[in-house]
Amino acid sequence: MQVNEEFVPTIVAFCCNWCSYAGADLSGTNRLPYPANVKIIRVPCSCRVNPTFILRAFQRGADGVIICGCHPGDCHYTTGNYYTRRRMTLLFSMLDYLGIERARTRVEWVSAAEGQKFAETMRSFVKDVTALGPNRRLEDLRCRKD
Amino acid sequence: MQKIGVFVCHCGTNIAATVDVKAVVDALAKEPSVVFAADYPYMCSESGQNLIKDAIREHELTGVVICSCSPRMHEVTFRRAAASAGLNPYLVEVANIREQCSWIHKDKAEATEKAIILGRAAIAKALLNAPLIAGESPVTKRALVIGGGIAGIQTALDIAEAGFPVDIVEQKPTIGGKMAQIDKTFPTLDCSACILTPKMVECAQNENIRIFSYSEVESVSGFVGSFTVKIRKKARYVDEVKCTGCGLCTEKCPVKNVPNEFNLGFDNRRAVYIPFAQAIPKIAVIDPDRCNMLKNGKCGLCSRVCEAGAINYKQTDEIVEEHYGAIVAATGYEISDVTRYGEYAYTESKDVITSLEFERLTNAAGPTGGVLLRPSDGKHPHTIVFIQCVGSRCVLEKGKPYCSKICCMYTAKHAMLTREKYPDTEVYVFYIDVRTPGKNFDEFYRRAAEEFGVHYIKGAVGKIVPRADGTLDVQAADLIMDEQLRISADLVVLAAAIEPSKTARKLATMLTASMDTNDFFTEAHPKLRPVESPTAGIFLSGVCQGPKDIPETVSQAGACAAKVIGLLSKNKLTGNPCVAHSDELMCNGCSSCANVCPYGAITYLDKEFRMPDRTTKVRRVASVNPAVCQGCGACTVACPSGAMDLSGFSNSQIMAEVDAICR
Repeated sequence: MQVNEEFVPTIVAFCCNWCSYAGADLSGTNRLPYPANVKIIRVPCSCRVNPTFILRAFQRGADGVIICGCHPGDCHYTTGNYYTRRRMTLLFSMLDYLGIERARTRVEWVSAAEGQKFAETMRSFVKDVTALGPNRRLEDLRCRKD
Repeated sequence: MQKIGVFVCHCGTNIAATVDVKAVVDALAKEPSVVFAADYPYMCSESGQNLIKDAIREHELTGVVICSCSPRMHEVTFRRAAASAGLNPYLVEVANIREQCSWIHKDKAEATEKAIILGRAAIAKALLNAPLIAGESPVTKRALVIGGGIAGIQTALDIAEAGFPVDIVEQKPTIGGKMAQIDKTFPTLDCSACILTPKMVECAQNENIRIFSYSEVESVSGFVGSFTVKIRKKARYVDEVKCTGCGLCTEKCPVKNVPNEFNLGFDNRRAVYIPFAQAIPKIAVIDPDRCNMLKNGKCGLCSRVCEAGAINYKQTDEIVEEHYGAIVAATGYEISDVTRYGEYAYTESKDVITSLEFERLTNAAGPTGGVLLRPSDGKHPHTIVFIQCVGSRCVLEKGKPYCSKICCMYTAKHAMLTREKYPDTEVYVFYIDVRTPGKNFDEFYRRAAEEFGVHYIKGAVGKIVPRADGTLDVQAADLIMDEQLRISADLVVLAAAIEPSKTARKLATMLTASMDTNDFFTEAHPKLRPVESPTAGIFLSGVCQGPKDIPETVSQAGACAAKVIGLLSKNKLTGNPCVAHSDELMCNGCSSCANVCPYGAITYLDKEFRMPDRTTKVRRVASVNPAVCQGCGACTVACPSGAMDLSGFSNSQIMAEVDAICR
């Protein structure tokens, strides 16, 4: 695939309020940079992320979607992240079948204390998605910006 | 018609230095439904809040968007401001343009563009906000303190003093914790037991305090204000009510070779024992692994000598269920495993000991009666080497990355006391840095080095080789003199890193309280809410939150008690209105939502529905109990018909945010 040097992907990050959203705040407090094209949506738990949100993001032109939740066993609601893990495993394999490459979707466990890990995860995710180039497979061209 | 007001905060230069605030205001003012947009240096200040209140009244705003710091920081502040101006507090949205924008990006154009997009997403969400009214839930006016060390004791005493009942659960047969094992405390050199045991007695005598010793928390359910906790009272094989603590059984028991945990194995206890003389409660315990009667039914001597008739070999573990409004974690610390550091020959030589073992060897109530003797041959040591940072500040897998905080001071204490009592003993301390912040701490360390002639050497010990003559060959580097040293020592004391109790991780899972990578409990805010866990109703006391010395632990325990008292003195708690609700017209009663609900908040009702042909039909539909629902949203995704939604984070709101970000 041809990689466009100028390409800046649009990344949607769903972050659990109790862990990774706080982790993202901590990476801010510690001034640990990650690319500005990552935009965070706060959810009460990673299990709040409906697969339709991810499909919607890809339709609307997102190039990558990442879901961050609490480490297995640490869910604020006891079992939410286990649901996320199961749901997303199925969704991501279906998306792969539809032509949305695996590297465009990710589930990561980031605790409230892992600001460093949050920033590193975002850097590596943006790098992976940038290497893939723009998402064209699911994008609804009627929603195109330009 | 919606009327949205947008308020962009400069946060001094925290936001304004990297985000062009005026440009954000201009861009967001052009968004549909935005009727008012303004910026202010500090939106959270009183005048900033007044700006919001005035705009709400003047422009009859139906929604407010604040572009500022994280909602975890000031969402509550802005919601209160909105409420005082007559706007439902849940019509306020916060766009996080500080922690998640200005603080991580350097390029001003890039950060400004991101701030505008985050603001748009918040506006899109705010347009779909609905006014929410929080429900109320009752408060059980009783607190649970998990851990009976000095942190737990002080927290329990302070809560009890305010008139609220409090239970202490301690896994050991007695409360007291690590402080009971310590000889003297720095920097005043008070006798540790003399200041601790009165507090232990106070706990036993306070009518508001119940002590569940030799007990563990089995399970925790519920939420702030009404927790249900199952406590396992382990079988002591001694009737707690009948036992008088006379100790006769512990003298007659024929099993004499059980290593004494309290003295860290330096001497032995019997199979039936009382941990130490001042134990609270002073009730004997039978060690089921060592008692002959419990193992093979042959003995029964303790039962025969007990005049109170308290011995009961048939006792079993008992599970008690209790209700609490607040839970305090005070699980403390353990000494990390020094056997991982083979270079210090801890396993090879009895004369390489940890600092806690040194405490027992110098304690008047310890195995040597307070006379410092070498564990190997019982002789007086003439050269002692202390090694600091054993496992602390260590980036290797086997060590701990953090500073254990107390070691510099207790090593100075050990060195000073040794020189004071045994002036003929040479004392060497190897350190990376000496860290003594604290009232009278640095003065204390300087006295050790200057007045008491302790040899402080900046450097590292590379290897300790036990010699045949019983001495220890300490091979080290002096970093200041840049030379290799060899010291022939009689005793080596390792200042081992402290680590959170092994039980803490399991407890955190039960409490759904978060932990950091080192297994210390995470506080809700490191500066503003240091004694609360992010999980409502869970409080933190002592070293379970991070390394602390005794004065800090006691002050934190008091702060923690104040927070618990604040909670328990309320009659009702305002709940979280961001809970799930089901659209009865769409629900087909399939049970998918109830199957994933971790709280059992969903039940089913048979409801009568009017059909288009004017007949009625009874259908089974889901119904959410808002008092039990915690708002995770698992059900919303599980629902196949899309009937379940979550207030405050509705499907349409998150979709709108996605659209705004991808626009």
